[in-house]
Amino acid sequence: MELYCLSGHPTLPCNVLKFKSTTIMLDCGLDMTSTLNFLPLPLVQSPRLSNLPGWSLKDGSAFLDKELKECSGHVFVDSVPEFCLPETELIDLSTVDVILISNYHCMMALPYITEHTGFTGTVYATEPTVQIGRLLMEELVNFIERVPKAQSASLWKNKDIQRLLPSPLKDAVEVSTWRRCYTMQEVNSALSKIQLVGYSQKIELFGAVQVTPLSSGYALGSSNWIIQSHYEKVSYVSGSSLLTTHPQPMDQASLKNSDVLILTGLTQIPTANPDGMVGEFCSNLALTVRNGGNVLVPCYPSGVIYDLLECLYQYIDSAGLSNIPFYFISPVANSSLEFSQIFAEWLCHNKQTKVYLPEPPFPHAELIQTNKLKHYPSLHGDFSSDFRQPCVVFTGHPSLRFGDVVHFMELWGKSSLNTVIFTEPDFSYLEALAPYQPLAMKCIYCPIDTRLNFIQVSKLLKEVQPLHVVCPEQYTQPPPAQSHRMDLMIDCQPPAMSYRRAEVLALPFKRRYEKIEIMPELADALVPMEIKPGISLATVSAVLHTKDNKHVLQPPPRPAQPSGGKKRKRASEDIPDCKVLKPLLSGSIPVEQFVQTLEKHGFSDIKVEDTAKGHIVLLQEAETLIQIEEDSTHIICDNDEMLRVRLRDLVLKFLQKF
Amino acid sequence: MDPECSQLLPALCAVLADPRQPMADDTCLEKLLDWFKTITEAGSSLLLLQENPCLVELLCHVLKPQDLSSRVLSFSLRLTGVFAAQEDCFQYLQQGELLPRLFGEAGPLGGAAWTAPTVRSGWIQGLRSLAQHPSALHFLADCGAVDTIFSLQGDSSLFVASAAGQLLVHILSLSMRGLAEGPPGLQADDWPPCAQKIVGHIEESLRSTATPQITQALNVLTTTFSHCHDPWTQVLWVRLHPLVAALLEKDPVPAAHSLVDLLLSVARSPGLSSSSCGLWETLAQTVSHLSPTQAGLLALGILKLQDCPQALRAQAFAVLLQPLACVLKATAQGPGPSGLLDSTAADSVTADMLPPSKAACVGLLCRTLAHLELLLPLPQRPCPWPQVPLLGAAVTLLQLCGGSGSPASDAGRQLCALLLGCVRVQRAALDFLGTLSQETGPPELVTQVFAVLLEYLRSPDSSPTVLKKAFQATFRWLLSSPRTPGCSDLDSDAVLFLRELLPVLQKRLCSPCWEVRDSSLEFLTQMTRRWGGQAGFRHALLASEVPRLTEQLLRDPESYVRASAVTAMGQLSSQGLCVPSAGPEHPGGQQSLLGELLHILSADSEGFPRRAVMQVFTQWLRDSHADVVGDTEQFVAGVLQVAGQDLDWEVRAQGLELALVFLEQTLGPSRSHCPYAVTPPVAAPAGPLTQALQSLCRVRLFEFAFRALFDCDRPVAQKSCDLLLLLRAKTASSSSLQEPRSSPDVASVEAALQRWRAGDQAQPLGDLEPEVVLAVLRSMDLEGLRGALAESSDHVEKSPQSLLQDMLATVGIRGENEADCY
Repeated sequence: MELYCLSGHPTLPCNVLKFKSTTIMLDCGLDMTSTLNFLPLPLVQSPRLSNLPGWSLKDGSAFLDKELKECSGHVFVDSVPEFCLPETELIDLSTVDVILISNYHCMMALPYITEHTGFTGTVYATEPTVQIGRLLMEELVNFIERVPKAQSASLWKNKDIQRLLPSPLKDAVEVSTWRRCYTMQEVNSALSKIQLVGYSQKIELFGAVQVTPLSSGYALGSSNWIIQSHYEKVSYVSGSSLLTTHPQPMDQASLKNSDVLILTGLTQIPTANPDGMVGEFCSNLALTVRNGGNVLVPCYPSGVIYDLLECLYQYIDSAGLSNIPFYFISPVANSSLEFSQIFAEWLCHNKQTKVYLPEPPFPHAELIQTNKLKHYPSLHGDFSSDFRQPCVVFTGHPSLRFGDVVHFMELWGKSSLNTVIFTEPDFSYLEALAPYQPLAMKCIYCPIDTRLNFIQVSKLLKEVQPLHVVCPEQYTQPPPAQSHRMDLMIDCQPPAMSYRRAEVLALPFKRRYEKIEIMPELADALVPMEIKPGISLATVSAVLHTKDNKHVLQPPPRPAQPSGGKKRKRASEDIPDCKVLKPLLSGSIPVEQFVQTLEKHGFSDIKVEDTAKGHIVLLQEAETLIQIEEDSTHIICDNDEMLRVRLRDLVLKFLQKF
Repeated sequence: MDPECSQLLPALCAVLADPRQPMADDTCLEKLLDWFKTITEAGSSLLLLQENPCLVELLCHVLKPQDLSSRVLSFSLRLTGVFAAQEDCFQYLQQGELLPRLFGEAGPLGGAAWTAPTVRSGWIQGLRSLAQHPSALHFLADCGAVDTIFSLQGDSSLFVASAAGQLLVHILSLSMRGLAEGPPGLQADDWPPCAQKIVGHIEESLRSTATPQITQALNVLTTTFSHCHDPWTQVLWVRLHPLVAALLEKDPVPAAHSLVDLLLSVARSPGLSSSSCGLWETLAQTVSHLSPTQAGLLALGILKLQDCPQALRAQAFAVLLQPLACVLKATAQGPGPSGLLDSTAADSVTADMLPPSKAACVGLLCRTLAHLELLLPLPQRPCPWPQVPLLGAAVTLLQLCGGSGSPASDAGRQLCALLLGCVRVQRAALDFLGTLSQETGPPELVTQVFAVLLEYLRSPDSSPTVLKKAFQATFRWLLSSPRTPGCSDLDSDAVLFLRELLPVLQKRLCSPCWEVRDSSLEFLTQMTRRWGGQAGFRHALLASEVPRLTEQLLRDPESYVRASAVTAMGQLSSQGLCVPSAGPEHPGGQQSLLGELLHILSADSEGFPRRAVMQVFTQWLRDSHADVVGDTEQFVAGVLQVAGQDLDWEVRAQGLELALVFLEQTLGPSRSHCPYAVTPPVAAPAGPLTQALQSLCRVRLFEFAFRALFDCDRPVAQKSCDLLLLLRAKTASSSSLQEPRSSPDVASVEAALQRWRAGDQAQPLGDLEPEVVLAVLRSMDLEGLRGALAESSDHVEKSPQSLLQDMLATVGIRGENEADCY
């Protein structure tokens, strides 16, 4: 059993598990932090960005100045943003049988895998995962395609040139494999390969293994996966949460008794408690708005935004913010808000019960009704006529490299009254802000990551007690910036096995058993014989029939009747020869008694030697050796078949036959 | 006993003795018992029993086998004890064999009733009452009661067990009192038999291997030494001391908690000269034997003792400091001593002396901090006080809990993982840090203190209670920060700190958690009250958004927050720190604040904000606030009119407070408050008396006060009564206003007041003339009213006669109801 690790990002995993005869890809996350090296794509022509000076090497050569621009001491690639794909060389991805998706953030690389690697298998995911994943992809494609950029930079990727560049460009990994964003057509094609599944549904893969999604509590439709055969169980835990937010709570019990638990997608900010951060978010939002400033919240169109809107719903009246407009701008804003309301069965209990009242499960419906929350596909069109300040704007993309957020950063960045509040933990906010420097606007970082923290992980592991834990290497030591925080790492016994990008891990357990079914009529014919109290044995003669990874013992065919006439038989109808069965033997040979018996039968000059495994009885006169070991007995004599048979019969006297 | 009660008593005794008529309410029985106690304290019990034979009949009756309720049985036992406390009455009851039958083997002791804890408790309390004279001692010895009491020490009911222990102490003390010549010797024969028996039992228990037995013995001794200070207690201690000391040789020390209590009570006992009895040695031994978790309380007790050897104090203090020394050791960057303990003790401290489990470690640290906090303000606290290392320890603990500590050692990292985010330790450490502000520290450490406080105030993970404590500690440290003696201004460092603090405060004022908003406002009020007049503070505050945010919180949905915002705005406004709002709806900031507060007073649905407004207004009037000075009469009239109609009595009472301030400002200060105060030079009254009274009439102060006089809430009526009495006293000397004694105006006012008193307050009094008011005041029996108001509300119904009637009546009703059923 092997694990191929194709992604180095602990929360955007992409692993391939070879288990029995199947090849299963676990998630295909897309590392978008590569886009931070690119200049933002402004929706409206930005004189500031277009007038940035080109970058030149120390020796003054300026051949890169078209590709690289400098802004406040940082260098950016002036090109269409590109993404860092999962490793494609480590394993032939056309051999992947199935892809299991755990949540909508972990499927963003799907089109690259399904459309460009010869993949012919099936993708499994829950319905909300697919629908919201589609929205995220649609938004991404839309953000990038609506501002076409003529230029595509590739010169800087040359290894010899890259070495000369300043950090972080110099240190960027595998830039040659970075790819532009996929198209909507590729998205549709990729999504068409998905088969929808429900929680606890058992899916058979070629009869060899069974996979089952379980609720993971992190997002709408997010799942952990159980991959099991009859005697082995692998749990794949990716992006789980024990907090009470909108999704169905995490199913922990089903993870018990795993041989291997692959653990990914823990919180990216283990020191930030989500409750404290939500409080911080509300306080800073109110403070800014009360001072007449605007608040910008760069965010994804689904996920934490639902919880934030719910908190604000409770908070705005008490904070006297009822008159402040909240805008949600995204090409998929409407669909996201509506979708969230229809996936009742995927929601937490509280929200499910609301549906029966009937009420919308999320209170943002009321915010929309009362005109406190307005949503627009883009800042063009209706939004510009409705726009009123001070206000709060939720919009993407959290990397600040594309999407409507770029425009608001340019618009509001110059005033210290305004605030940008980062809630998504995926991007370093300082790096995200780099191309906007110098910036007068206030920046608040309250990352809200509801995924498991290390305390919760240690409780979870105590509860489910897997034999082995496998996790990204980042989780096996404290974060580099807080090396004394021994609590910020996975602590379990035996120590967790760690993996890193492009590594192949042999999982530390051997398969020992295979299940074989026995046909009823054959079972009927068995006559067990008790050889020890509680243990009975029976001999079985049967034909082992293997098909679709299922093994069945069938009664052996009757010995061929001597049928006159039809002598010709087709080779395929050949039935195995059934030889006359020899009885099986059991028991052990007591050496002293055996020697006495030999003496009784006329053998003399008998010597017994003890060996590590048993005894050797030496018949010196007859130049014969009898090796008696725990599971075998050998009679070694020179070409004297008579003697051998005599001795054999003496040995057999001590054994039971059946 | 008055004849009425005597007449009712037989019927009541019959009811009590009748098992078919159970008492529903046993508080009546308690009251009845109290009443008998007062009677027997005042007169002869014997006479009482002879005059009321029904009582003895009742006592005899309860002995008959029947289904009498355990309450009545318990009551009878206690009642017997009350009577038998007097020796002649005791003899009388003895003659009738009543006492042995009630308290001896033949009584409830052997019966089924004994299973009820209330009966066992009644038995003990009965004996406790009767054990007052030598005859009682003989009785106890004869009927074998002492053995029963021994066994009751381990009773399943904690009340019974504790009462049994106390009874033993009482009997011991009583029997020792009988000794004619001085304290007994150490020999057993010298002791009275009863005392000998009890002491023997204690000795036996102390030798026992069973911890409960040892605990019982130690508890009895603790009670003995804390209540009896006669010379014999010293002999007792000398006799038992070796046994107590022997307990320390066991491992673990049994009943450590009770042992600590005992040693401390012996040490505190004035009857013992501690030095001669080996007490200090035992204490020293105990402190070193007990585990740190058990020794803390003993160490604190030792340090609180007045005359204790220096070496023992030092040892106790070292034990108390040990957990913090461990913390410092675990987090120390280098090997050097932390300075908390002297070098020999410090060497033996290792970080792993702290309990490994989170709960135990947190408990120990919290207790240590609380003990040190108690010790700090005491005059006998250890000297020199290790202020610097303690400050360091408090800061370190807070850093560990907050996740900002960076321990270098493994032990430190473990401690960090244990304490991270622990709210209990955070609260205890912040309290302790606040207390440490009474002394100061080296500047670099004070900088660290402010840094850690700021970290807590900033941290989004600080829980509301932790935050409140952080605010309190911050205030205390700011208070202690001026370096120039006698100067109350903030020093430049503190002003710098304030610049960092105010943005945090701004954010906290917008917190979604109301407790946080509330404690932020309280902190702001405290700061403004203290430094509102100081330039550095004013500049920093006015440059921030804090005043404007505070003003917005007047409309907070949470009433507590509104109340705190009202207080804070009142304070800011008093100091001229209100920023005029720029918006068109608030023309002229200051004026609008008065309007806004009046609006809250008249329209807020919750009491807290309205009370806060009244307090602010009273303070404004007292301080002659700019808004108020302009037209004081209009202000007072407006406020009194609104406050008078308030449903909350505290608002009305506060209205009277405001009226009193106005009255004093108009008529000159009152001198009746403190008879011993040095009278300040009397300020001349604001004007001639008539003018002053007219002013009071214009603001309708009298109508307000008269209405309050008949208020259904007693405190309001009392306050109004006091106010009117003061007014009458002030005007008594003036003769010019005494004319219209019986003019028609006076009559109509008096008639209106009569109706008000009857509850009909609809009709207003109209415009009053000063003369009329004075006449009405003089004609009223205000002193009588004050006397009536001072009585408790049940004074009419509190007689024994009514008690007996009530008890009979409840039974009677029950009987009638029964009859109704058929």
